[in-house]
Amino acid sequence: MDSALIPRGVKRCPFPQFILFVAIVGAVLLWGVYAMLLCWFKGLNQTNMNDAYGFALWIWADLAVIAVGGGAFFTGLLRYIFGKDDLKNIINYAVLIGFICYSSALLILAIDIGQPLRGWFIFWHANVHSMLTEVAFCLSCYFGVLTIEYIPLILENRQIDRVPFFHHLGHNMHETMAVFAATGAFLSFFHQGSLGGVAGVLFGRPFAFREGILIWPWTFFLFTWSAAACGPCFTILITKITETVTRKKLVKDSAIELLAKISGWMLLTYSIAKTADTWYWATVTAPSMGQTLMDFYSNNPLYGIWILILEIAICGFVPAFILITKKGRKNSLALWIAITLATIGVCINRWVMVLQVMAVPVLTFESWFMYFPSWQEIATTILPVAYGVILIAISYRYLPVFPNEPELNPMETLPAQETEKEEAVEPSVDLEQELKPAEA
Amino acid sequence: MFPFSFEWIWDMGHVVFMGGLWYALTILGIGMTYCIIKSAIDASRGNDEHHH
Amino acid sequence: MKHKKAKKYGMVIDLDKCTGCGSCMVACMAENNVPFRKDESNKLLSITWMRVYKLTNGKPFPNTDICYLPRPCMHCEGQHEGHSPCVTVCPAIATDYNIETGIVSQIYTRCFGCRYCMASCPYHARYFNWWDPVWPDGMEKYLSPNVSPRMRGVVEKCSFCFHKYQLAKEKAFMKGRRELKEDEYQTACTQACPADAITFGDLNNPNHAVYRMAKPDPKHHGRPTNPHAFRLLERLGTNPKVYYLSSREWVRRAGDNYLENESIAKKPAHHE
Repeated sequence: MDSALIPRGVKRCPFPQFILFVAIVGAVLLWGVYAMLLCWFKGLNQTNMNDAYGFALWIWADLAVIAVGGGAFFTGLLRYIFGKDDLKNIINYAVLIGFICYSSALLILAIDIGQPLRGWFIFWHANVHSMLTEVAFCLSCYFGVLTIEYIPLILENRQIDRVPFFHHLGHNMHETMAVFAATGAFLSFFHQGSLGGVAGVLFGRPFAFREGILIWPWTFFLFTWSAAACGPCFTILITKITETVTRKKLVKDSAIELLAKISGWMLLTYSIAKTADTWYWATVTAPSMGQTLMDFYSNNPLYGIWILILEIAICGFVPAFILITKKGRKNSLALWIAITLATIGVCINRWVMVLQVMAVPVLTFESWFMYFPSWQEIATTILPVAYGVILIAISYRYLPVFPNEPELNPMETLPAQETEKEEAVEPSVDLEQELKPAEA
Repeated sequence: MFPFSFEWIWDMGHVVFMGGLWYALTILGIGMTYCIIKSAIDASRGNDEHHH
Repeated sequence: MKHKKAKKYGMVIDLDKCTGCGSCMVACMAENNVPFRKDESNKLLSITWMRVYKLTNGKPFPNTDICYLPRPCMHCEGQHEGHSPCVTVCPAIATDYNIETGIVSQIYTRCFGCRYCMASCPYHARYFNWWDPVWPDGMEKYLSPNVSPRMRGVVEKCSFCFHKYQLAKEKAFMKGRRELKEDEYQTACTQACPADAITFGDLNNPNHAVYRMAKPDPKHHGRPTNPHAFRLLERLGTNPKVYYLSSREWVRRAGDNYLENESIAKKPAHHE
């Protein structure tokens, strides 16, 4: 039915199956959209946030998707600036995942603010001293970069590519990509960092506050570092999930292993830096404000010292050691464990730097503030996941996201060179071969 | 955001921050303009020697 | 010096006098058109620019002691003028530090409700309008015409009754004066306190009562030199303009965090 749109030389599931899948995920998406509309029309009273918990699930989701979306800028940096050519096999997918993450972040921000129609004030009346201003500017600009990086992929769709202008545009954008990627890396460095700065500058909150260099608290650098370390792990994770779901090998091992290796070293150095930061904060910064480490990890139902150990040791050092060893990278199970742990680790870090900051009491006569999100908050947080799954499904079906796919999965009945005949591309119905696209 | 917004001050913060922003936006703008114009010219010339 | 004459309005609250009656809270809500809902049982959703906390020394009878602590916005000055925790973080300059008065303002029509300022404030002095204000029938006639009501989705907080400052300035100007007398500008909570526990005035003016009571040390960011005076969370370096007085040591100690064996002796802020 839609065979004319499917890239040459690859096999896709039957159209009704694809539509069914999109419809199921679409139902989840609609649930999220409903919750989003409730928040917009009725206000943030639809959430379980309160005056002690002004930052909650959404801000965490925002920080988390941007952290894991960091794979796009870091892979782009390695591919276009440092010339790691092997990564060309995974860069498209890294860009797509980044695009989903950043558009989700912008959407969540648009739901999160109390007066969405005034959202443009952050640009127009910018306070250049606020970390959040820096976040807004760099995030929006970088989303522009990701769009620019995603467009050539869209233009490679078989039908679009037939239009001469689009064909040339895709080619020319590819040629100029290094410039865009460099700009993207510049913007990413600052917005990943300023997201860390958002918590680090809160000198009224000893749990979050960090010293630093000039205007930048240590969290500024730690956030950029962890995004560069864990973002590629998330890219690999989603690639692996896509491969599992489609039951195909989509990216060459060499690309995965190279990215995993670089990621591993980034993660190891990050974990060491994070440990040093935590040590200094626990022994110098917090005591200077009259608080000890255990003040932040006791007398409450959730936040025990386990969360610190889980974040730094189990989700930091463990995956780092797996990824820096050749054996670890080559072992499929070990690789799965490492990339999953790294992704969880960076999400825990963002959780702690948002949710726990709000929970810890500062005034001596107050106690811990605990919070559980309302269904509207949960639905609007799942919304971007559903949107991501659908966008991946559509992109995977109609765009040559994985340049290695035809080579890694030769089609027995239809050799790639014969596909000049459009009608011949109707894929054979093979449920075993191609079930559904991946989850984000 | 712009020097004509009433809260704009010509200080270090604004020059560095907005300078960085406009620098990035200019590069993106020029890059995209170049791509679009070059593609229009290429397409009108029927120039199709490259394959990627 | 340009700022030599600038005012630094602040408050001294004598906790030995405070009975916890809540008049300050009521006066504040009436004066500033603070919205409320039918059900105010969840205090984390209530807007209380002035909030009275109940503190206890945690000791069993007969040594139990309690203290009521009214908490307005601290109008923090920070480690250099205007470096309040909230002002620096607001992305849209919707909250501002007035260098003429030292008052931290909130511009409701500028605020877009990101709540970063609430996250930055360790005193929980900032409140979000989770709902649009709904006044009981006829009550809108009793609203103060000098204070704009706030809409849903923006943050609000104590303004030290800034509109009363503006009115007092206008009155004085009509009388041919530029300077205000001490009693011409007083906040609603100060005037309402039946125990006379709240004193308001210019902390830069040695003739004002607040100055004599707190004895701020300008060399140490206004740290009180009166041994009975303290500020909330002094050690964070927020440099608040609200001082508390108490003759009881446990109350003064409750004003800040201390390590287990640390004495309450004046500790420098971490930024110094």
